[in-house]
Amino acid sequence: MDQVAHLAIRGLEVRFGDNPEPVLHGVDLELRRGERVAIVGQSGSGKSTIIGAILGLLPGDGRVTAGSIMLGSQELVGAAEKTLRGIRGARIGLVPQDPSSNLNPAMKVGAQIADALHAHGIRGRAEIARRVTALMTEAGIPDAARRSGQFPHEFSGGMRQRVLIAIALAREPELLIADEPTSALDVTVQRQILNHLQTLVESRGTSLLFITHDLGVAADRTDRIIVMLDGRIVEVGTPEEILGNPQHEYTRRLVAAAPTVTSTPRLPAESRDAQSEPILIVKDLVKEFKIRGQRGSILRAVNTVSFEIARGSTTAVVGESGSGKTTVARIILGLEEATSGTALVDGLSITASRGAARHALRRRVQPVFQDPYGSLDPTSSIERLIDEPLRIFRVGDRAARRVRVAELLDAVALPRAIAQRRPNELSGGQRQRVAIARALALDPELLILDEAVSALDVLVQDQILTLLMDLQSRLGLSYLFITHDLAVVRQIANNVVVMRQGTVVENDTVDEVFLAPRAEYTRDLLGAIPGAAFAR
Amino acid sequence: MALITTTEPTFKADVELGSARGRIWRSLRHNPLGLAGGVLLAIVVLVAILAPLIAPHGPTEVNFAAPFQSPGTVGYILGTDDLGRDIFSRLIFGVQVSLQVGLLSVALAVIVGTPLGLIAGYWRWLDGIISRLTDVTLAFPFIIIAVGLAAINGPSLGNAALALGIAQVPTMIRVVRGETLRLRETDFVLAAKAMDASGLSIIFTHILPNAGSAIIVQATVIMPVAVIGEALLSFLGLGIQPPTASLGIMLSDAQQYISRSPTAAIFPGIMIAAICLGFNLFGDALRDALDPTNTRRK
Repeated sequence: MDQVAHLAIRGLEVRFGDNPEPVLHGVDLELRRGERVAIVGQSGSGKSTIIGAILGLLPGDGRVTAGSIMLGSQELVGAAEKTLRGIRGARIGLVPQDPSSNLNPAMKVGAQIADALHAHGIRGRAEIARRVTALMTEAGIPDAARRSGQFPHEFSGGMRQRVLIAIALAREPELLIADEPTSALDVTVQRQILNHLQTLVESRGTSLLFITHDLGVAADRTDRIIVMLDGRIVEVGTPEEILGNPQHEYTRRLVAAAPTVTSTPRLPAESRDAQSEPILIVKDLVKEFKIRGQRGSILRAVNTVSFEIARGSTTAVVGESGSGKTTVARIILGLEEATSGTALVDGLSITASRGAARHALRRRVQPVFQDPYGSLDPTSSIERLIDEPLRIFRVGDRAARRVRVAELLDAVALPRAIAQRRPNELSGGQRQRVAIARALALDPELLILDEAVSALDVLVQDQILTLLMDLQSRLGLSYLFITHDLAVVRQIANNVVVMRQGTVVENDTVDEVFLAPRAEYTRDLLGAIPGAAFAR
Repeated sequence: MALITTTEPTFKADVELGSARGRIWRSLRHNPLGLAGGVLLAIVVLVAILAPLIAPHGPTEVNFAAPFQSPGTVGYILGTDDLGRDIFSRLIFGVQVSLQVGLLSVALAVIVGTPLGLIAGYWRWLDGIISRLTDVTLAFPFIIIAVGLAAINGPSLGNAALALGIAQVPTMIRVVRGETLRLRETDFVLAAKAMDASGLSIIFTHILPNAGSAIIVQATVIMPVAVIGEALLSFLGLGIQPPTASLGIMLSDAQQYISRSPTAAIFPGIMIAAICLGFNLFGDALRDALDPTNTRRK
């Protein structure tokens, strides 16, 4: 590895429109040939803006106002569009974030890879077809010759991401930029993709600039980590330095908040109440869906699932997409009818009860959903959102409801003044607090948290988890915590139910699952948690 | 366990946003074309309302001594038609009539189409019936509805508005149904269902307010279609009857003398174009302004 900087960014400053405050405040960054560097930071920290500046593709009215970007001996800031076109794709490859929207759905994947080869100057049908197959095989797509004739919707998310990697590598770039390439994927798929990307980059000697919000992924995969906050680089170091001995206060908080396999449980031990009846008993639950267009074909989304939640405790249901965990939640909430089996809250079933009994039961189980942007009606004020359940259940008069809303805002640590705002004026974490306040309005006993922290940045996620634990110990709540992220589970759950393709593969206390996992699949999941190698 | 002391980062841009009305106004202000459309519409509407005050002559006031005056004649700024009626005055009253027909048919489309669209989108078992009826209505040219109504009740302003309104109900149903289908799958509707909210209360508190912008925008699309439709029906003798001034009647009267006095046809034509342009530009800007995802960096 020679020591000449391959990519050198000096004092880069980027502004949008006539906003006096720049989005990037003089960023300095250096990447040596063949080196792998990660940029870590929360949303809005300017990670993606750096990529936009390197590629000359800043969105909207963004522009570089100071600094330089050197690729080898070529200055990229202020370079002519024609020059940049020759560099994008040819010398710098990009693996974008979202595999579902970055492929043309009306074009066969082989043709999309062929496009890149064509731009690379490769001619001849047979030669291009041969290269396409080779690239797809190299990216880890089995049966490449046949699959190159398929359309993107016939591929899974992980396979689509491999196609994108194949496209990025088609022109043999010297620098590969990966922008959160796996954040939309399940952990086990993420591990496969990253392993593969790493092998490819190593065998070709390509430099890699890796953008991620996940410190664990960055530590596992790169030689150097750059931590960004509000458009500034706050710390640079090797993974060992950053994780073992963080210097900047923000990095310290980030490292402390990042959930890992070895995170210590922060459960208040006395919250468990083993004596009384379980709050929730799920027994032999089955849910079948008819597959549209295929007569008589049935998908068993949930297959004889059974578990219990003790009063005042937290049970986590863990699984990847398609494991049936959300369907279970919907059945418990009474939003979906089970094909067979029962989900009993305090011995009563929501779906089987009618009228007043059902109404009363609904009060005791409330949901918090994943997406803090989708779960709050954008046209309502925060006050109306939180008192909606009170209005539906005709609790108190207007003044009493107003008092209750203020109490609830206090409980979730939001300022009372926020009541008259609308959801789009709040940040993701604040919105999720509003969603929790709404769920708490009717004094429920059981909260169904469906990926409730998955869409949040690490620090915000940490705060919301703290809030949930605090509420549990004060109000004696029970939680059903649905997630794909085992690392979070370690911190807050008493019991863990691991689901795969509709069936429960493991159901035990959190310590048993983490320290002595029985099922092969659980071990896979545990092994796929990023950052395990650096756990202290 | 202590409560949270660390403040989480908020988006600075979001905090300044303020009320929804302020946001819409800000967005419109930064859209010069939309603003121009809005100003154009405001002028047209104002002129139509104040027609009796502005018009120098009555709309049906005949002056056989001065037919076919060219624009610029003293007392007749836009000239006169074959019966010596003042084109400027007829134009102003004509706009009034055309806008009346437009508003009535838009009102009909909104009042009938919105509830049907909400029902079809929310209660899927009714969707089949409503959507098939919609298809049947769409397959039926509105001219035939208008001819039928004219045959039964005789041609009039009300009939023209009714026929045009019926013709626009299906598109309104489809727009509202589509919005409802999308909104009923959102998490906030799911959360409301988990609180045991009834279907009607979900429709009124969550779906209707969120579908509101689509309905308003669709109304601005329907409006110019109805104005042109009025002109067409009146031109064919199925709508407003002469001597009442409407933009369609003026076009139909002028066609006989088009080679002798083209201005009698040109001015109502320009007026129709201006009204349509105004609604289209304003509707476009309104759609951008009402879209809550479109607030950043405007």
